[in-house]
Amino acid sequence: MDAIILQILNGLDKGSAYALIALGLTLIFGTLGVVNFAHGALFMIGAFCAVTLSRILSISRTYVDETQKDFLGRPLEVKVPYAHDIFGPEMGAAIIDWAVPLSILFAIPVMIAVGVIMERGLIKHFYKRPHADQILVTFGLAIVLQEIIKYYYGANPIPTPAPAAFKGSFDFGAVIGFDANTIIYPYWRLVYFAFAAVIIGAVFAFLQFTTFGMVVRAGMADRETVGLLGINIDKRFTMMFGLAAAVAGLAGVMYAPINSPNYHMGMDFLVLSFVVVVVGGMGSLPGAVLAGFLLGILESFASMKEVINILPGINQIIIYLVAIIILLTRPRGLMGRKGVMEE
Amino acid sequence: MLGLGKKDTTLVLLVACLTMLAPFLLNPFPEGSAMAQFNAGYPDLMQRFVIFGIFAIGFNILFGLTGYLSFGHAAFLGIGSYAAVWMFKLLSMNVIPAILLAVVMSGLFALLIGFISLRRSGIYFSILTLAFAQMMFALAYSVLTPITGGETGLQLAPDDPRVLDTATSASGNIPVPGLFGMEMRDTAKLELGSWVFTFNVGYYFSAIVMLISFYLAIRIFRSPFGMMLRAVKSNQQRVNYTGLNARPYTLAAFVISGMYAGLAGGLMASMDPLAGAERMFWTASGEVVLMTILGGAGTLIGPVLGAGMIKYMENIISKINSDILHSWFAFLPDGLEDFMVAIVYPFIGKGWHLTLGIIFMLVVIFLPGGLVEGGQRIARLFRRKKQAKGDDASKAKQPAE
Amino acid sequence: MSKINLTRRGVLKTGAVAGAGLALPTYLSAQDSGFTNAPTGSTVTLGFNVPQTGPYADEGADELRAYELAVEHLNGGGDGGMMNTFSSKALQGNGILSKKVEYVTGDTQTKSDAARASAKSMIEKDGAIMITGGSSSGVAVAVQALCQEAGVIFMAGLTHSNDTTGKDKRANGFRHFFNSYMSGAALAPVLASAYGTDRKAYHLTADYNWGYTTEEAIRASTEAMGWETVAAVKTPLTQTDFSSYIAPVLQSGADTLVLNHYGGNMVNSLTNAVQFGLRDKQVNGKDFQIIVPLYSRLMARGAGENVKGIFGSTNWHWSLQDEASKAFVQSFGTKYGFPPSQAAHTCYVQTLLYADAVERAGSFAPCAVAEALEGFEFDGLGNGKTLYRAEDHQCFKDVLVVKGKENPDNEFDLLEIVEVTPVEQVTYAPDHPQFAGGALGSCNNGA
Repeated sequence: MDAIILQILNGLDKGSAYALIALGLTLIFGTLGVVNFAHGALFMIGAFCAVTLSRILSISRTYVDETQKDFLGRPLEVKVPYAHDIFGPEMGAAIIDWAVPLSILFAIPVMIAVGVIMERGLIKHFYKRPHADQILVTFGLAIVLQEIIKYYYGANPIPTPAPAAFKGSFDFGAVIGFDANTIIYPYWRLVYFAFAAVIIGAVFAFLQFTTFGMVVRAGMADRETVGLLGINIDKRFTMMFGLAAAVAGLAGVMYAPINSPNYHMGMDFLVLSFVVVVVGGMGSLPGAVLAGFLLGILESFASMKEVINILPGINQIIIYLVAIIILLTRPRGLMGRKGVMEE
Repeated sequence: MLGLGKKDTTLVLLVACLTMLAPFLLNPFPEGSAMAQFNAGYPDLMQRFVIFGIFAIGFNILFGLTGYLSFGHAAFLGIGSYAAVWMFKLLSMNVIPAILLAVVMSGLFALLIGFISLRRSGIYFSILTLAFAQMMFALAYSVLTPITGGETGLQLAPDDPRVLDTATSASGNIPVPGLFGMEMRDTAKLELGSWVFTFNVGYYFSAIVMLISFYLAIRIFRSPFGMMLRAVKSNQQRVNYTGLNARPYTLAAFVISGMYAGLAGGLMASMDPLAGAERMFWTASGEVVLMTILGGAGTLIGPVLGAGMIKYMENIISKINSDILHSWFAFLPDGLEDFMVAIVYPFIGKGWHLTLGIIFMLVVIFLPGGLVEGGQRIARLFRRKKQAKGDDASKAKQPAE
Repeated sequence: MSKINLTRRGVLKTGAVAGAGLALPTYLSAQDSGFTNAPTGSTVTLGFNVPQTGPYADEGADELRAYELAVEHLNGGGDGGMMNTFSSKALQGNGILSKKVEYVTGDTQTKSDAARASAKSMIEKDGAIMITGGSSSGVAVAVQALCQEAGVIFMAGLTHSNDTTGKDKRANGFRHFFNSYMSGAALAPVLASAYGTDRKAYHLTADYNWGYTTEEAIRASTEAMGWETVAAVKTPLTQTDFSSYIAPVLQSGADTLVLNHYGGNMVNSLTNAVQFGLRDKQVNGKDFQIIVPLYSRLMARGAGENVKGIFGSTNWHWSLQDEASKAFVQSFGTKYGFPPSQAAHTCYVQTLLYADAVERAGSFAPCAVAEALEGFEFDGLGNGKTLYRAEDHQCFKDVLVVKGKENPDNEFDLLEIVEVTPVEQVTYAPDHPQFAGGALGSCNNGA
């Protein structure tokens, strides 16, 4: 029982990352009709926003300490972050420690800017082109973006720890009456789950309860008619692209402490997130979120050793297996609409 | 000729000439010159050009004709390779049975996967094929290690049975794939001045197979069957309403294109008897999609060009290192030399992915029809110039009248 | 009709030309020397085949730096590095057999296909006489087999799987790096003295060949000293988030977690395990411990603070204080500004060993070089006295057991050496069950 609760918890956590990425992907697809292979790269850039901010915060002045030696026996160059000078050592250290949460503020404008530039500069010209062309151009863009990141940050993962306050894990089991240490879960992952829930809720609320959202939803349903009503839908769609980029970026920022960011983390998520979107049903936002959590939970269960012992290798293929079964039983995914992306 | 129209005959002959003369065409720079870096006329790369050409031609039969975008085509390439290597291990080092089994096995898998995946269309079809390929990759890399060799790939060993052949050659080594006594790696070199041209048995064997595949692809494109597939692409619903069931046609196209991939896989294993699971990874499937679109989907020659372009980048650009750059720009003054090297360096060697990404984007943005369209535009440009000249000439004549 | 004839004749002509080309019996590479790519001019070309793209690109870049340094030293440039401390004095600093050393580079992409393609182009196009490099066992095994077929020497770079010199060994291939068995044999006694002989271990194993051999080796050696293996779970290579594998560890009653992961997998699984606070827990009255059998300092940086206090093994570390290591760190550090990684070390050493073997053999012919390397005993390359065993072409030398440092002095100072396990303790019989199957075959001179 405790093992099952643990894996559900795990699946929700995994699923929240899938759901966030898939949500952004679906926003872009649903509103603009563009298959965006560069979406994984946006997630990656988000994570590197966190890396960048923590680097900026720890920009240091150096002085040479004659008493200490470096690895070649030369006098050691000691680095002191400017943050320590400006805010005092304690406050400075605290600011550097909280770099990842602070990056949220940093990432939102950056990601919206990246998204808007991408849409205005490139994607805009591809609305009328075949999906194959969209795939190729965004795939090319994804490669270019990740190579640029690699050029500046190297290929190795870069540790980006969460604030010290979130280190360690929460003993869930003890709270709900199990033995100690049976159901433990890291604080930061719980934060991630809560954060994802807030973002997903905010996006839905935005689309549901604002005029802007209403127009966009109308545009998703019937672009031409909305255009005929004299509403400048293009401008709103540009904003939507910025929003989707920001969602992907925030998913990346908060993910940085979970796994050290590296330049190809976007590609690692790309295929998976497409499977999630398609299983959810192309163009369906609730479908994407549902599929994200569903696949996350199933993946977690498949990785239990009891399951692997019965079906060796099931943990390798579970996502794809489920995708095949769902697509064969429900032709348009869980909540897809008829006629979308079937031609 | 051979049931082809005039235009197609010219095309086949052109491709035949190009492939047969490839050792000359791909080695335009004399050995030892600074430009020799760009020579591609060595056996391994030439083999890759034609083998991936076959792969892309086959993919184009499915994608170019029916519009069904398979994102898991590399799986058939992998199956073909594994089948061929197993044939080398069990039966003999002759490439014919290996390639036959490769084609048959990949055809069977394509039948099964196609039968299931073609129940859906559009992106749902793409994801189904992707899912199958990814499952095959994951299992081949891990659980199926006894059959596939896993991470290290399936290789030949001195103690393989090889019932129709010797287990080890006279020198105590593992024998090499061959065709009735001709080893695939046999190579003759021709020296003309400072130029060196390489002729390799494996290359010519693959090239002939590619020509046959190319010819068959043209026949398929021009056949009533091909017309039917195009009809499916332009409007499947209308096809259905005319009382025709499109599924058998698309399934046939899927199987044929899977067999092409298997053929390519079998040939790859024949040139280099090792099959690795990475051949089935989604990036490998993506690569053939890129090759086809880059060259020009739906055109006959496009996929071959796309395949050549990507393989050239992968093998030539990635090998340029900073030393070579410095030697190129050595004629410049020091400061300028370093500056030029610093500018070019991010795009070569380990930066070849960046160059590839930029080229994808440029081609898609400016040449929606792929490289073939680029060629056509240039051709049109020349034709127009000629016409313009002709006009000038006629104008010039007029006053004399 | 006439048109058809014409074209057919055209085809025949092309065929005839091609046939004539094929029939030309000028085998350049064969010539009189009798081996592939015999160097004819005043230079000799080596092929450095390292991952330049993909997750191991930084490790590959470090390998490439080491190769460039080695070439510089072989050609008499720089301060000579470990050539001064090397026990064999055959190398003169005038290239190899008085031929200036040149090199070509290629990208393995950490894929066996790409690695073979790149190695082939080095052999076929650039005339490389020796191929070296790589950062994974899959690539090493694939390229080793290729070099065997082509008839050139392969000096493996970083490859840790038992199979490279076990069931997939080849006569033309040589490995200086240590292997899974040695990791297990070196780690077990240290673990026993640090954590006791009564432990319950939980293995997470990367689901591919290297993972299998490492798990097998660590299990065998820890179980031999009394540990119990509670479970061993295989994780997919492409996994990035290991939470669902780590979450059940505590429930299983295990008090030790062994992560048979390398590279990106290791960074992520270790980070995740520390996130779960495993190391703050007490199980069976003991502190919970994590072990990483194969450490890579370069990759460990990605795990940041999480490596502190965690045991593992490594082939070499820059903080070693013998003369050879100091000389190497000095010359590498001076040139590049940071200390070399173990991958850089093994690649540098392999290049020197190859050059030295050619000098001693007096020939570039692979069979002569192989003979010179087989059974070669040397010292002064950073690992103490070392033997290149003739039976399986594996180097036998001391193995380092290391631990993540609690208070690093600088950003490179991540690991501290706990023990230098003497070579006797990690030596095994050539027919040891973990290395069973496969045969060297006979060396191949190629063409």
